[in-house]
Amino acid sequence: MTRPPLPDQRSDAEPPSLPGFRTWRGVYLFVFGWFVLVVVLLTAFTRIFS
Amino acid sequence: MNVADWVVLLGTIVGIAAYGFWRTRHIRSLNTYLKGSPSTGWGTIGLSVMATQASAITFLSIPGQGFESGIGFVQNYFGLPLALIIVCAVFLPMYRRLGVYTAYEFLGRRFDRKTRLLGAGLFLLQRGLAAGVTIYAPAIILSTVLGWRIDVIIVFSGLLVIIYTVTGGSEAVSLTQKWQMAVIFGGMVTALVVLLAKLPEGLGFSGAAHIAGALGKLQAVDFSFDASRRYTLWTGLLGGLFLSLSYFGTDQSQVQRYIGGASLREGRLGLMFNALLKIPMQFLILLLGALLFVFYQFERPPVFFNQSEWQRHARGAGGAEFLTLEERHAGAVAETQKAIRAWLRARASEDVAVESAARAAMIEANRRTDAVRSEARAALLTADPRAKTKDSDYVFITFILAELPHGAIGLLIAVMFAAALSSKAAELNALGTTTTIDFWRHFRPLAAADEARNVRVAKRFTALWGVVAVAFALFAGFAENLIEAINILGSIFYGVVLGIFLVAFFVRRVGGSAVFFAAVAAQALVIAMFFSLNIGYLWYNLIGCAACIGFSLLLQAVLGPQAPTDVGRRA
Repeated sequence: MTRPPLPDQRSDAEPPSLPGFRTWRGVYLFVFGWFVLVVVLLTAFTRIFS
Repeated sequence: MNVADWVVLLGTIVGIAAYGFWRTRHIRSLNTYLKGSPSTGWGTIGLSVMATQASAITFLSIPGQGFESGIGFVQNYFGLPLALIIVCAVFLPMYRRLGVYTAYEFLGRRFDRKTRLLGAGLFLLQRGLAAGVTIYAPAIILSTVLGWRIDVIIVFSGLLVIIYTVTGGSEAVSLTQKWQMAVIFGGMVTALVVLLAKLPEGLGFSGAAHIAGALGKLQAVDFSFDASRRYTLWTGLLGGLFLSLSYFGTDQSQVQRYIGGASLREGRLGLMFNALLKIPMQFLILLLGALLFVFYQFERPPVFFNQSEWQRHARGAGGAEFLTLEERHAGAVAETQKAIRAWLRARASEDVAVESAARAAMIEANRRTDAVRSEARAALLTADPRAKTKDSDYVFITFILAELPHGAIGLLIAVMFAAALSSKAAELNALGTTTTIDFWRHFRPLAAADEARNVRVAKRFTALWGVVAVAFALFAGFAENLIEAINILGSIFYGVVLGIFLVAFFVRRVGGSAVFFAAVAAQALVIAMFFSLNIGYLWYNLIGCAACIGFSLLLQAVLGPQAPTDVGRRA
């Protein structure tokens, strides 16, 4: 018999369990902040070397 | 290539494939075959997602793009981290909650059967066509520069990937991708280190970067609003966001990489790993190309990097003209080199007027070299109107073969094969899964009860798609710019598919019939625009998506309100 794939019963509120992050919102904000920093650094790189 | 190169190449590529085959040969569970091991952690998921996206074209064409046009292509990835955040927050929890095997199963639950089949059908059409390109693209380049038979490369790599993907399904794909990424990282770092070591003495990274920047290769971010420019901050953010959201959120070859795993947390962290690392990684690959450009200002480059194509014509009737072009190119390169050295001295003198004049002379000398290269391309076209005049895909491989020590050459060729196999395996896995779950099992609901039969059918469909991809690669001719051909193809279909999913997740009042006919109309509109307008192709992601959502809302307004489905309520 094929067992249908089990729906993931765990809540979306499952914590990220990462040091310094209590919620996923915090992780997303960190990733977004990193992205902004990367774009700023790339812009600076463009200004410095062009 | 010598014996050491062959040992490294075959040892890594065949070794990883054999490892994947051996470790997964006893898989009998449909869940593991289609979703991978239920204990997969975020590291494997993250590397698997990265390996699926990074095809051989990434490592052949992107350094060439950096060499030819600079690093502006990096903006294409600006939408990616934002898209991955949305996938983590909205798409992934819903896929896991419903326990679906494919993204299109979700459409069936949210809308209806025809919308599910439309989504799955568009995926099979787009990914099925791209599958041939994925296998053909590196094969044509490697066969040209290494002198190997292209059909042997296609059949060898095709068979290798078919064997372990059919045997172990999603589990084998993830396992092998982890090691293939290790080979890729190792190889690319080796190439970068060798390149930096081979720059002229005293120049260093900073000097090389200043030369590349002065010659227009290091403009990473372009704030221009000019719609005809292919890569700007805005096309990257908007078009790139929609392309990435569509690719990571709705393309089964990616969805399959993260819907399995030990928990929702592992999937999310795997995607966030990519959100953090993808732009820096692409930047480094493009920077490698820009540094190659500087390297070839000091080492005499060929007038045309696809030497096989060039020599074919140079030995023909118009050989004298080709010889003259080579001599003129050598003279132009020598002049540019002199101008660069003069500019470096002027920079060191810190006299602004002298530096400015030297910079202008260097740019002019470089422009003359480019003009000779353009003449060379024109000469090729005159000699043979069907000649392939784009040689940027050959820049990095030319450097590898001419400048890397033996052993490292084998490693870098292994990088190309590892990248080709990793993306190919994920594609075949997804094509086989979608055909089995969304078509075969959908039309044979009674067969769903027989797990062993489901696994057998999934294996057969995976093998069948593998054979189709190999046949397509063997017999089809492809567009010159391989990486763009894939992206353009993706952009034509991805926007509409994303539109269907966004309606599914965010517009609860729209039902199956409205979204289905809206998607068909939006797809027709995008195809008509593609053939009649000249705009950056990334915009088609946005247009297709917006048209699908807009038409859905209009049609639903005409059809009247519909009762929300159970999934619709939860979405």
